[in-house]
Amino acid sequence: MMQNSIFNVLGPVMIGPSSSHTAGAQRLGRAGYMVANGDIKDVRFRLHGSFAKTCQGHGTDKALVGGILGMQPWDSNIKFSHKIAQEKGVTFSFEEADLGDVHPNTVAMDITKSDGTKLFIMGSSIGGGSIKIININGLSCDITGDYPAVIVNHLDKLGMVSTITKILAEHSINIVSLKNNRSGKGEVASTIIETDDKIPEICIKQIVGIKDVLNCQTMERL
Amino acid sequence: MMYKNGKDLLDYCNKHNCKISDIVMENECKISQISKEELGKKLMDVYGIMTDACHKTLEKAIPSVSGLTGGDAKRLTEYINSGDSLCGKELLTAVSYAMSCFEVNTSMGRIVAAPTAGSCGIVPAVVISIANRFQLSEEEIVRALATAGGIGQIISQNATVSGAEGGCQAECGEASSMAAAAAVEIRGGSPQQALDAAAICLKNVMGLVCDPVAGLVEIPCEKRNAIGVANAYLSSDLALASVRSNIPFDETVEAMYRVGRQLPMELRETAMGGIATCPSALCMRKKVIK
Repeated sequence: MMQNSIFNVLGPVMIGPSSSHTAGAQRLGRAGYMVANGDIKDVRFRLHGSFAKTCQGHGTDKALVGGILGMQPWDSNIKFSHKIAQEKGVTFSFEEADLGDVHPNTVAMDITKSDGTKLFIMGSSIGGGSIKIININGLSCDITGDYPAVIVNHLDKLGMVSTITKILAEHSINIVSLKNNRSGKGEVASTIIETDDKIPEICIKQIVGIKDVLNCQTMERL
Repeated sequence: MMYKNGKDLLDYCNKHNCKISDIVMENECKISQISKEELGKKLMDVYGIMTDACHKTLEKAIPSVSGLTGGDAKRLTEYINSGDSLCGKELLTAVSYAMSCFEVNTSMGRIVAAPTAGSCGIVPAVVISIANRFQLSEEEIVRALATAGGIGQIISQNATVSGAEGGCQAECGEASSMAAAAAVEIRGGSPQQALDAAAICLKNVMGLVCDPVAGLVEIPCEKRNAIGVANAYLSSDLALASVRSNIPFDETVEAMYRVGRQLPMELRETAMGGIATCPSALCMRKKVIK
């Protein structure tokens, strides 16, 4: 959605009751779904601050589970997400946590995929349905979910970012934002790029094929 | 953006002898890169969701997720049907729509945040009730929503749309302003009158706090949506009667923003003041908060 569109005030279409505690929470859950490529066996939700206190009254717990099942924000099945998760064999748990110096509406998700792989994602619901993903697998980031995004995990090597962005340019993909984080010089790094348009499969394949790229996750508009 | 405030809207409308909806739609087509037809379809999709929500609990009560509220839209509908009211059938019907829409929200149903979930009943109630009463065409409905959207854009960008920042005057006040401007344009009022109606709405709720019981979007929010509809109806009629707003729309928006920043945080969606700290509210809070 364009920043100035009238559909920012005549929208979003959402499941209530709260844009921050329900719609925002649902989008955060869906970010988890994306990062796990839709393959989730179990999620441990750790809720911080206001998210924890009003979790049930705002339907935050149902919204988060709806999100990790891949539901869209306007899906009326969100209300029944716990039952649907049970039917699909997806398990989940909620606990209150102190996540440190973060926004009052923040959730950390410890995700386990069907093959036992563990993933971590943390994000905040900052108001009006807007969100910020602030950490993926231990590396800090700043993803709004308003644009498609790609997270490239690689070794910190000279020219890596240039190689990635060159591939995007060759496919006429315009970059909205780019952030690079590394755990140490020459160690594991993460380049997170938000783009105007969805990145085509062939482009992702090329990025994954770059030497020293470990893996790649894409995220649709949330 | 083709306009950044009410003055820009007025200048453009005067220069081109057009309505607010004309410039809003032209601007939206430009920035979203869609055709007028596509815009019309998107707005009618939104209208469809609003209509469903405004009717859903008129006859069948649905409790909120917390269990604290539910059934008021139905009670009001029965009262309207009894034929005996102070406000009159037209206004109360619009209010019942807002309450139904709101109850859909609190029961985890689908709504359009216009501009927020907490104020979601007001714009739909006013536009739909007028559309039904005066049998508006699809084009007129699209224009009504566009005008509402334009006013909403201006207020959100020059002030705030969030209760946490500006109190309920920002959320329900903005929604009422959006609805009132739409109502005035539909009823043949001028762009100036539409802006006057929007300004009067904001002045009528200047300083209105956000004091939600148990921090949930329920009490007193549903009743603030009710008064929000009444505010829009009243302000529209005043403007159409050529009652001017003594303070222009842009200045009123700025005042609302300033007042919002002056409200203590206890009265800005923290549930630490206002009715949220009354004994009855604290009892309810114990039931729903861990």
